[in-house]
Amino acid sequence: MKTTVKFRLNGRPTTIETDDDRRLLWVLRTDLDLTGTKYGCGSGFCGACTVLVDGKAVRSCQTPLRSLDGKEVVTIEGLSRDGQIHPLQQAFVDHGALQCGYCTPGMIMNATALLQQQPHPTREAIVQGMERNLCRCGAHQRIIAAIEDVSRGKGGAA
Amino acid sequence: MTTNKSGLDRRSFCRLVGGGIVVFVSVGPSALLSQERRRTYPEDLNAYLRIDENGLVTIFSGKIEMGQGVMTSQAQMAADELGVGLDSIRMVLGDTDVCPWDAGTWGSLTTRVFGPALRAAAAEARTVLTQLGAKQLGVAKDQVVVANGVVSVADDPSRKVTYGELAKGKQVSRLVDEKAVLRSVKEFKVMGLSPKRIDGLDKVTGHAKYAGDIRLPGMLYARILRPPAMGAKLKSADTSAAKSLPGVTVVEQGDLVAVLHAQPDAAAEGIGRVKAEWDVPKPEVDDTSISGYLLRKAPQPRVRSTKGDVAAARAAAGRVFESTYETPYHAHAPMEPHTAIAEFKDGKMTIWSSTQSPFGTRDVVAKELALDPKNVRVITPYVGGGFGGKGSGRQSAEAARLAQITGKPVQVAFTRPEEFFYDTFDPASIIKIASAVDKDGKITLWDYDTYYAGDRGTEIFYEIPNSAIRTYGSWGGGTPPLFPVGPWRAPGANMNIFAGESQVDIMAAAAGVDPLEFRLRNTPDPRMRSVLQAAAKQFGWKAAPGPSGQGRAVACGVDAGTYVALMASVKVDKASGKVTVDRVVCAQDMGIVVNPDGARMQMEGCVTMGLGYVFSEELKFKGAEILDHNFGTYRIPHFSQVPRIETVLVKNDEVLPQGGGEPGIVCMGAVMANAVFDATGARLFRLPMTPERVLAALKKGEKAASS
Repeated sequence: MKTTVKFRLNGRPTTIETDDDRRLLWVLRTDLDLTGTKYGCGSGFCGACTVLVDGKAVRSCQTPLRSLDGKEVVTIEGLSRDGQIHPLQQAFVDHGALQCGYCTPGMIMNATALLQQQPHPTREAIVQGMERNLCRCGAHQRIIAAIEDVSRGKGGAA
Repeated sequence: MTTNKSGLDRRSFCRLVGGGIVVFVSVGPSALLSQERRRTYPEDLNAYLRIDENGLVTIFSGKIEMGQGVMTSQAQMAADELGVGLDSIRMVLGDTDVCPWDAGTWGSLTTRVFGPALRAAAAEARTVLTQLGAKQLGVAKDQVVVANGVVSVADDPSRKVTYGELAKGKQVSRLVDEKAVLRSVKEFKVMGLSPKRIDGLDKVTGHAKYAGDIRLPGMLYARILRPPAMGAKLKSADTSAAKSLPGVTVVEQGDLVAVLHAQPDAAAEGIGRVKAEWDVPKPEVDDTSISGYLLRKAPQPRVRSTKGDVAAARAAAGRVFESTYETPYHAHAPMEPHTAIAEFKDGKMTIWSSTQSPFGTRDVVAKELALDPKNVRVITPYVGGGFGGKGSGRQSAEAARLAQITGKPVQVAFTRPEEFFYDTFDPASIIKIASAVDKDGKITLWDYDTYYAGDRGTEIFYEIPNSAIRTYGSWGGGTPPLFPVGPWRAPGANMNIFAGESQVDIMAAAAGVDPLEFRLRNTPDPRMRSVLQAAAKQFGWKAAPGPSGQGRAVACGVDAGTYVALMASVKVDKASGKVTVDRVVCAQDMGIVVNPDGARMQMEGCVTMGLGYVFSEELKFKGAEILDHNFGTYRIPHFSQVPRIETVLVKNDEVLPQGGGEPGIVCMGAVMANAVFDATGARLFRLPMTPERVLAALKKGEKAASS
């Protein structure tokens, strides 16, 4: 059913008029032209489409638009502040924590939520927190190192 | 000036890539020069670059970036030879209208085969700039020096001219057909270092564009009706319910039934409404019966090599070790499914494609649509993983056909189930080995039959007097046509080395010799010995015959010109059969290393990806119906499985750069099977080593011990 959904997207008020049963992933990628959020599996297994909703990591391929009314949505495009990239983004670059880069936005968004909830996680907690995000290139060891680095330096504060 | 009968001449080409100084190189490895099917380029060129009036250098390369880091390593090679900083380099990759013809990005070939041509182009460009600079400065060319994009007089550095100034207003094209003098390792300023990936910032900010991120005005997203099994025939399709969706376009042309819409989710809704009936071939075989089926259908073997007298060695042996190893089909499962966007405008088809083979894709599209290849342009944005699986061109041809039919730009992006269906799978294989060892622990016999794994990874690097290697079918052909198969990261080598290096371990244990010592005793190859020793040093190897109870193991191999040794330690939970990998050491001699950190990333990636085929990945199917549709049943490695991975680069500047994208993965099967054996005494002959199979092997071991 075509309705109006209002939420904040990357800090800006956003109004979308569309079928509110649609999944956030496709609205982001098509209607809003934010292509940093990726389709990987469409079933919530891989995490390539992870975004933040009210600070929590969600799978945008599973998130109906109607559930977002009045919420705060942050995508990979909204992580930078005042031209400065987020410490996690910098740490991923510094550690070479990516190869093909397709899972990277989802990894970074998931890690952002993880560090917001647990500023100083153990390595085990990082592994558990990232467990449901898939990477096929095998950048895992460096992704963990990048997250550990940020948790030690800045506690994940953005 | 030569004119190619079907393509551009050099002058036209210069116009296309822009002004400034353009350097072409026609020298290069014979592997490149012998490649055929060059259609739209001057045929004798295999590398080129352009320097513009701002001093920026644009490198044109047919090699694409799919995560392996060649955007960065190619830039490093060019920067060093040219004498400019890395930040002056711009890369144009995989654009068939402006990049040199290339067969495809696979086989760990970019650095070792294309690299020398690229370096030659850059080195010759430096020579050209040196000459132009000397002329401008009014001195002889041996009186100038070149650094950081500036030509200056050696004894008077204030007299100088930049590359940009030399290129300004020029339309110089130089063809160089003599061998360039490349920089030596000692002269490297950019190569041999590990600058941060130049694609890194794009990728962490979400700005990196993959094929599916290209947006064109009026673009439609297509979903195509897919058969339930390979070879299924469409009996009927009722599209009336799909047509009732607002804004939908339905295409029905023979077997092609597609629903298109300005929103991808609406196209999905539409295709879901199509009612189709299919004739599905009766399944003859499934994933549990595949090995017997493949053996029954095996073609005649090709004898790859023979040495000594295998029959006599067999007769003379006190004990012949006979083993059969099996591996199943694997999916590539890149995180980015196959995607293409096609636009047909003024008779020209332009396709943005996630492909490892832009030129192959161009040819496939041209053929299927009966277009002149000159009128098909394939542009390759960032590719979200390939691993050998992105060569087919299917999605590109589909998008092109739909763009031609609808007159609008069309995106075809495989869903994950489509990705699992149209994957050109890593073929299931069987390997049979008979081998023997003498009382001194020297291998005397190696009688080797490999079914569908091909010959990569079968080369013998041990000193064995009597051997025979026969291949039945190959990963590229000769496989019963259940569904398409194709190259999968180090094709065939994963299976062959799993079998070969497991077999070596079996003999070492039977001879009562430490498995590292056994390998050293049997290989005189200095490069293999040095990677084994380097791995042992890093690992802290404690010598003991297997099974030592330590749960540690070694395996080694040669792939893509690189020597690799892996050591690993594991724990085996005897109650559940679950194997936990604690640590992996990977040592490689890959010759000159262009980017050490990039090489390490590939080694870590190989080890991590390898955990999948070793412990969990096994395609489930019934006949030509693929039963795995998503990551819920086809389990690729997760964070919790990843061990501590340590990488060792064994210095060898005497050898030109060798392959780096694949060698690290080839020993994973054997090192893990050997480690499970070392921990428990149980030997696994079949991958993946699922908990059930480990438990079964443990039970078999107990039975053998008690009988």
